[in-house]
Amino acid sequence: MKTTVIKPKKTFSLSDFKEVWQYRELAYFFAWKDLKVRYKQTFVGVAWAVFQPFIAMVVFSVFFGGFLEVPSDGIPYPIFVYSGLLFWQFFSSALSDTSASLVGNASLITKVYFPRLILPIAGVVIKFVDFLIGAVILAGLMVYYGFIPDPIIFAVLPLLLLITFAAAIGGGLFLSAINVKYRDVRYVLPYFIQMLLFVTPVIYPASIAGKWSFLLALNPMTGVIKASRAALFGSAPINWELLFISLISVFVLLIVGIIFFKKTERYFADVV
Amino acid sequence: MSYKYIMENAIEIKNVGKKYNITHQKGGYVSLRDVIMNILKSPFKHAKQKARKVIGKDAKEEFWALKGVSLTVKKGEVIGIIGANGAGKSTLLKVLSQITPPTEGEIILNGRIASLLEIGTGFHQELTGRENVFLNGAILGMTKKEITERFDDIVEFSGVKKFIDTPVKRYSSGMYVKLAFAVAAHMEPDILIVDEVLAVGDAEFRKKSLGKLDEVSKTEGRTILFVSHNMAMVEDLCNRSILLEHGKVKLIGETKKVIGEYLSKSNEKNRAIHNFRIDQHRDNQVTKISLLNDRNEPTSNFDSTKQFTVDIEYLVKQEVKGTMLSFLIYTADGNKLIHSDSFNYSGVIPESLEAGNHKTKITIPANLLNAGDYYIETIIRIPGFSSLDHRENIQFSISGENSLQGDVYGKNYEGILSIPLEHKTEEIK
Repeated sequence: MKTTVIKPKKTFSLSDFKEVWQYRELAYFFAWKDLKVRYKQTFVGVAWAVFQPFIAMVVFSVFFGGFLEVPSDGIPYPIFVYSGLLFWQFFSSALSDTSASLVGNASLITKVYFPRLILPIAGVVIKFVDFLIGAVILAGLMVYYGFIPDPIIFAVLPLLLLITFAAAIGGGLFLSAINVKYRDVRYVLPYFIQMLLFVTPVIYPASIAGKWSFLLALNPMTGVIKASRAALFGSAPINWELLFISLISVFVLLIVGIIFFKKTERYFADVV
Repeated sequence: MSYKYIMENAIEIKNVGKKYNITHQKGGYVSLRDVIMNILKSPFKHAKQKARKVIGKDAKEEFWALKGVSLTVKKGEVIGIIGANGAGKSTLLKVLSQITPPTEGEIILNGRIASLLEIGTGFHQELTGRENVFLNGAILGMTKKEITERFDDIVEFSGVKKFIDTPVKRYSSGMYVKLAFAVAAHMEPDILIVDEVLAVGDAEFRKKSLGKLDEVSKTEGRTILFVSHNMAMVEDLCNRSILLEHGKVKLIGETKKVIGEYLSKSNEKNRAIHNFRIDQHRDNQVTKISLLNDRNEPTSNFDSTKQFTVDIEYLVKQEVKGTMLSFLIYTADGNKLIHSDSFNYSGVIPESLEAGNHKTKITIPANLLNAGDYYIETIIRIPGFSSLDHRENIQFSISGENSLQGDVYGKNYEGILSIPLEHKTEEIK
């Protein structure tokens, strides 16, 4: 029989992660609920997951690729920008979703116990589904433009997703904990994400920054997007060093996020 | 199953305390701007405050919602938890169900615990009954396999089989509660925490639910913690009870004795004056509800032939457009007897509750309610939109010994209302 000991909470321990694993089915149910509910009473339904990056691609291609003639490392601009957008939207929407996950589920948190980490994790899972749907379009574009991806993509893609996942969840955990106390987060974040889009090589190649491009490398999404383009279009060799730096930095971000989250978790129910 | 196993304690609560810090800050939630402004306006004061906080000399007000609570519950026992509003019942349940950690002490739970703190938690309006059963079940801690196995039983018990594939937003509130309770009742935990859930639903369903709880405790050896203001229900279900007062244990023992203590004259004031802790995150809240008889004495026992008043004090930190104060009375069966808003009487719909501290006096006229137990609920809400503050289960009782009907029938005259109606009689020629 299961024995639970309830004590004044100190810091987090490894058993917390074991608990999250035990509750993994709940994460699945939360994600399932959100997917079910999200497109209810909408006209085009799931197609929204496809429309958003697609329309952004069209607009960016016309203005940045067409009128402004932004360089794209010799890759056709639409597919260049789309590959960047795909990862970027996964990251940015997961980040904003996670940061709202605690406050948005206040009624649940104050009434039922489950590891709170489940909520942000479920949020990222949903965005991953969007990513997969968007990836189908990318495949279509690749066929259209006649690109055959380097087989290395299958090795590198899980790593890229892992980095994106960790970056979104690490940042999201940190922000969601702050959001519990200071609701400023929900006003600052959309603005912040918009700014972040411009310091990430989504609509332009990283090479545009010249000798300052190392500054861009501090942003983990830079490494991800660069590497994905390298593997997909064979435009340049994969910069493993850069990727390794990204991996380390998101790992630190993730740890900080989790610690901060667990510290706040103690009084969530009293503050929310 | 060994003998030792059967004798095991289900719950051991050891000297548990829960402290809240009350900060006297105006406004709703803290915003970063306020914090930054404070630092800029008076940097030294802020630094001093921070320093005091760090060395623990801060003069913040502490409030112990629970203090030194100890209780041991054997496996299969049904324990009632009673006490006035603000006595710490809800806090104890929250600590037990791990929603909020205790500040001190320790609790050992043997077995899977589930709480019906508020049934229907996590129900989503857009999802169908079927989908909500799965979602709610998962939230309450069931695995998908368990839910699938019990699905038919749950639906059967709820009695909403016909509408199981309809979104729950189209359910009546009764159906909603029935389905929610059915899920919770079938989760088969070793320890079940039940809080006031049975105050809702129709009489028949309540009977069924009580029966289910009884069956669960007797035949399946489950431990139940039952919190209710309905003394009849507590007496029905629980062999042992605990009375909480101001966060401390006043009495643990046989239910009859504990209820007797709770209802005794010396405890009268506790049942008549209800103070609610101010929640700094709320803009609108009821802070105090007082029940006063026709001589302005606090009591929760009224004479049916005398009028009495309910004083509701509320605090509005920030005016929210469209708010109003609703006052409701329920019968002991959970039927809504009356819903009264201030504008019902004045005929003018106000824009919102004004900022500041207010007291609303509501007079219940003489000869309106018949003898029995009643419950008051107050809500500050934006009608049809949201509720900002909700207080319920303020119990009072009416005795009818002094009424004319009482003279004739004794205690057994029927009906909820005792309004004297005119009986005009004439001879038919």
